[in-house]
Amino acid sequence: MNWEVIIKWLPRLAEGAMLTLELVAIAVVAGLILAIPMGIARASRHWYVRALPYGYIFFFRGTPLLVQLFLVYYGLAQFDAIRQGPLWPYLRSPYWCAILTMTLHTAAYIAEILRGAIQAVPQGEVEAARALGMSRAQTMFYIILPRAARIGLPAYSNEVILMLKASSLASTVTLLELTGMARTIIARTYLPVEIFFAAGMFYLLIAFILVRGFRVLERWLRVDACQGR
Amino acid sequence: MNFDLYGFGPALLAGTWMTIKLALSALSLGLVLGLLGALAKTSPYKPLQWLGGTYSTIVRGIPELLWVLLIYFGTVQLMRNLADLLGIESLELSAFAAGTIALGICFGAYATEVFRGAILAIPKGHREAGQALGLSKPRIFWRLILPQMWRIALPGLGNLFMILMKDTALVSVIGLEEIMRRSQIAVTSSKEPFTFFLVAAFIYLGLTVLAMIGLHFLEKRSSRGFVRSAG
Repeated sequence: MNWEVIIKWLPRLAEGAMLTLELVAIAVVAGLILAIPMGIARASRHWYVRALPYGYIFFFRGTPLLVQLFLVYYGLAQFDAIRQGPLWPYLRSPYWCAILTMTLHTAAYIAEILRGAIQAVPQGEVEAARALGMSRAQTMFYIILPRAARIGLPAYSNEVILMLKASSLASTVTLLELTGMARTIIARTYLPVEIFFAAGMFYLLIAFILVRGFRVLERWLRVDACQGR
Repeated sequence: MNFDLYGFGPALLAGTWMTIKLALSALSLGLVLGLLGALAKTSPYKPLQWLGGTYSTIVRGIPELLWVLLIYFGTVQLMRNLADLLGIESLELSAFAAGTIALGICFGAYATEVFRGAILAIPKGHREAGQALGLSKPRIFWRLILPQMWRIALPGLGNLFMILMKDTALVSVIGLEEIMRRSQIAVTSSKEPFTFFLVAAFIYLGLTVLAMIGLHFLEKRSSRGFVRSAG
């Protein structure tokens, strides 16, 4: 193991790690915002409300992220309407394509987590809220969603870690995040084992910090206190 | 859209077959690794516990793509040394072998947790009953624990297999001619990226649906004689 090389390239790898964090942070937050209406619709009692998010979730969970990324980054250029459209400056850049794809991808998974969480809210609590004269919307916002957020939080933290790992795919569309940076460095140093090892340690470190962070958040939201039925 | 796919249909079909082969061989390797990992993690020996725990923690914390790249590019020197040792001209890991090993390692790390949960879910009394009958330790595992573990672990393993099947797309990065690679080749000559990547997406969807159906039957078969508990 050539430690000097690792230390020499550490700053560049850290640069890549920052981009990785940026991609993941934007994707999981935007994905969550997108997933909330989808998760609520997915838990609806009416089949026609359920159908659309179901199709979306089925497509995004059933195909690899790499395919989705290529569909957006390479695929959209096939249509003249998009190339002449106002969004083309964004859809041309790998950065925005990666963010768009990761957001759409994770939104499908988060929506499914949210559906499970909404359906796991004890029926009695919903009925109690209704009995107190809350409207359906009020019940949703004051009772069901806060409760579902706590039920779904552990699964959401898993999803964030999965997205951290999935963000390495952004290197296939020329983005220099952690994996992309590692590949660039290897192209110059020809030391794959050392550099990939260092990049792997970065991922482990980030995952470790995220796990710790979510544990603090769970304590702050008193997730365990809500588990008693 | 062009529905005859510019004659790339057979190539995509061959890619699909390659994907299936890769997924199944990675699955076999991963099941063995997962079982070993779970045995290590539940064993009474501290060093083994540590080994199993480290394996599953480290592998699960590092992206699959990085594993694929690491195994493919990182073993070149190792294989060269091995070739020198054996006196062979040259020895290198094919993209298929590297993909199988990388995806197998990743599957194994997650399967370790699934199998561990299954081992812990088997009532202690069953093991004690085996001991009371004078069965040896390996025999207790093979005849008593393993057949019952299968039923408990199956749903978890099914989920992991679906993830594994989608991860096979990553091996296209090191040039294995599976669905993604074949579609990329088709794109370079047809200049219709959306069409071909969409076709690839639908092939993956089809494979996922097939796997779901297969799993449904396996689960039904493995839970014969058990009443499905409500909730």
